[in-house]
Amino acid sequence: MSDLNKLTLSEARDGLRKGDFTSVEVTETCLSAIAASGALNAFVHNTPDIAMEQAKAADARIASGDAPAMCGLPIGIKDLFATKGVDTQAGSRILEGFKPEYESTITTKLFDAGAVMLGKLNMDEFAMGSSNETSVYGNAVNPWKVDDRALTPGGSSGGSAAAVAADLCLAATGTDTGGSIRQPAAFTGIVGIKPTYGRCSRWGVVAFASSLDQAGPMTKTTRDAAIMLEAMCGHDAKDSTSADLAVPNFEAMLTGDIKGKKIGIPKEYRMDGMPEEIAKLWDEGADMLRAAGAEVVEISLPHTKYALPAYYVIAPAEASSNLARYDGVRYGHRAKLAAGDGIDDMYEKTRAEGFGHEVQRRVMVGTYVLSAGFYDAYYNRARKVRTLIKKDFEDVFAQGIDAILTPATPSAAFGLGEMSDSDPIQMYLNDVFTVTVNLAGLPGVSVPAGLSAKGLPLGLQLIGRPWEEGDLLNIAHSLETAAGFVSKPEKWW
Amino acid sequence: MSIDIDTARRVAKLARIRVEEDALPALAEEFNAVLGFIEQLSEVDVDGVEPMTSVTPQRLKRRVDEITDGNMQEKILKNAPDAREGFFAVPKVVE
Repeated sequence: MSDLNKLTLSEARDGLRKGDFTSVEVTETCLSAIAASGALNAFVHNTPDIAMEQAKAADARIASGDAPAMCGLPIGIKDLFATKGVDTQAGSRILEGFKPEYESTITTKLFDAGAVMLGKLNMDEFAMGSSNETSVYGNAVNPWKVDDRALTPGGSSGGSAAAVAADLCLAATGTDTGGSIRQPAAFTGIVGIKPTYGRCSRWGVVAFASSLDQAGPMTKTTRDAAIMLEAMCGHDAKDSTSADLAVPNFEAMLTGDIKGKKIGIPKEYRMDGMPEEIAKLWDEGADMLRAAGAEVVEISLPHTKYALPAYYVIAPAEASSNLARYDGVRYGHRAKLAAGDGIDDMYEKTRAEGFGHEVQRRVMVGTYVLSAGFYDAYYNRARKVRTLIKKDFEDVFAQGIDAILTPATPSAAFGLGEMSDSDPIQMYLNDVFTVTVNLAGLPGVSVPAGLSAKGLPLGLQLIGRPWEEGDLLNIAHSLETAAGFVSKPEKWW
Repeated sequence: MSIDIDTARRVAKLARIRVEEDALPALAEEFNAVLGFIEQLSEVDVDGVEPMTSVTPQRLKRRVDEITDGNMQEKILKNAPDAREGFFAVPKVVE
């Protein structure tokens, strides 16, 4: 069988258990697909030896009848996750050569569940970006193509999205601080879920903005998202913000029955200048949920407009603090020093050489908004606005809303380099529909729902109640079934 | 609020990022673009609103204060750009 890399997680899991093929066979097929995917620049550190060793061990487990959910399934890992003995750079020059002596909680959980790691995936530097153009490894490229332009796979989990969409792996890990799972999922026609803040341990995930960061799976289907999310979730004593709550069997909750569910359509998300095809897709999505038996009602989230500005205070502020650790002392890059250079020269030169432009800008903006005299005007005000944004959601959930339907992105994937001349705000606007979810700590999922006029994938986002990922995935599953999105990018790479 | 070149220089210094003198005007301009965007927050009525400290209402877990780990000097120094005799090495800090 030569197309084993095209399987979904659930298909591969079932086939492995039935003995139709082995994990070694699936893994080898993925490794060949990766070897031929240089033009996508999705995998940046390949780990074929680890993969084959894990695949053999998985086959032995399956043969012995001990096959947990992810057993034998080859996946890619975003470069933000610390993987023991394997390069972990967060897409940054400043972590060049860093090989952690420890394994992140999430990768530990995935490996314990039998998952096979194919390698590390490209991403925006420190997860700061919406196009994968800030990576030290260069751009990841979207496998979707409609003319001679190379398109962005989105960001920051751009390598993860490209790899899953191009069938280089069955699924991948992503992380989401302002939309970094959901926006690239939408740009590449795959499913991506950011769970409730606290569902997944952040231990061993390189920190960007700790109060917003959450990891999640990027998969080909909602069923796969349910399977992989369950393997990633759970309480971890090493992350004090991880929730000590039972993890449900998310897959068992995919009943397809959403009769009587109340779906909110937030009027503030109908932005001025919203492209016609996005508005149309959104309306169609609402019709599909209605046809499946849900009740669709208009709701109001009055502080929506202030989410992006609040995010661009809070995220840089937290980043400036988190990234203070990259000082050229304990790991990664240290600048060459001139005779007589002191320790401050070492810090300043190291950070100027090691951080790319966008990261430097955000660290400095964060430094500014936290500095004496501006802390109240910017940082404290943003945290108050964040309280109001969260309250907007609490109010609509209190009215009985089960989930909220919105577009995932304001457009389809754009060309690499097309935004380079615009000011940073234009790039930030990519996250206009997703960033509210991080500020409110809610679960959000992006589901591929249609194609743009030019033939590029478009996604819809569903936002759920806290800790209700199972219910959310069930509604997403209904939407996925109704939308019937089956298109795949035509192979050109 | 507008950021001038002196402020840009001061912020770069606080962030411990070397920015050459000729790059400061462009940096100040970028700051102003971002801060102009953030400025919208001043329209919001936040009287009596508590600043968010935790997005989930959970109380942080407590644990017994005890030694659970240690004795891994070699592992800790393994990734250091300059480690000598069991220590991180840095340029001279005391005259």
